[in-house]
Amino acid sequence: MKSFIFAFKQAIPVLFPYLFIGIAFGVLMDEAGYTAGWSFISGLFIYAGSMQIVMVSLLTAGASLSTIALMTFFVNARHIFYGLAFIDRFRKMGRKYPYMVVTLTDEVYSIFCNMQYPEDVDARQSDFYLTLILHLVWILSCVAGALFGQLIPYDLTGIEFSATAFFITVCMNQWKSMNTHGPAIIGLISAVVFYFILGPSQFILPALTLSVLVLIMVKSRLTDAQKKPPVQECKQVSIDGVEEITYEY
Amino acid sequence: MSINWISTIEALAIVTLVTIITRALPFIFFGGKKKLPDTVSYLGTVLPAAIMIILVVFCLRNTILTAYPYGLPELLSVAAVIVVHWLRKNVFLSIAAGTGLYMVLIRTLFLVGS
Repeated sequence: MKSFIFAFKQAIPVLFPYLFIGIAFGVLMDEAGYTAGWSFISGLFIYAGSMQIVMVSLLTAGASLSTIALMTFFVNARHIFYGLAFIDRFRKMGRKYPYMVVTLTDEVYSIFCNMQYPEDVDARQSDFYLTLILHLVWILSCVAGALFGQLIPYDLTGIEFSATAFFITVCMNQWKSMNTHGPAIIGLISAVVFYFILGPSQFILPALTLSVLVLIMVKSRLTDAQKKPPVQECKQVSIDGVEEITYEY
Repeated sequence: MSINWISTIEALAIVTLVTIITRALPFIFFGGKKKLPDTVSYLGTVLPAAIMIILVVFCLRNTILTAYPYGLPELLSVAAVIVVHWLRKNVFLSIAAGTGLYMVLIRTLFLVGS
């Protein structure tokens, strides 16, 4: 029970983005003529926010299956990089292992990157609960959008910023807990450079790939930086960093 | 509009399958190994920080920079999240403050004619 409550608390910050994007998807499906059952199936099996929204336009345009496959790959290819941090953590989870793998969304990933478990909480249990809670919330939002989306009397434009805001807080927490800021800076530079070269719809894959390559190139330097004894005034930070690493595996 | 059941199911199945593949790839490649290659476990510790900041840019990718309001609502709201999170370290509060400010800004100061 403690693990469940802890997991729920971790899930709270992303409830808003989930509800909003899920409802937006449900409304789009409804407008395109698909009943709530289709939104339910999509939320249950696909469980990928931006891709589901792209899918609605592919469905209404009658896109070919190969186009759909290709689009899905490009929209979701960033996920390829997510699992790397959790291979050891997930494969210790027995029967839940496959489920943990296929439900690793942007939001779940970022929460996992930042989890600080209290001592009386079972880490694996709460990882599973968190995943399950968010999956259910997602399915619920998709269905709610399809059923009641048209009835919402307020204009909610702009609430999608809550996802951005959430990722910013994750960045800041990571910035504090890491000994070295190299990775974050490398990520930012690659993202900005490719954003201006390739534009908003194509920058993310090259940016991720470049980050991976640069990180591998500077591996020995960054590993040294992590091992280096911390300067006196940074002591607190370094302790956080050590904790983070132990929890990750 | 009438729905073609079969083609819809096919489309959903393809999207599901490809999504699962993208999420499973690292586990397919490295999940079977007893001990992870050094570089992979190293990437596991440093890559998240790079990915998170790329995700922030990804979320802001559709901001209009070349015409009014030149991304100002986004910039101010991002700043608000950073300041509030820095001062109070409360994730929920930071999200609420930034999102609230953003929703107000695009309706008032930076209202683009509809």
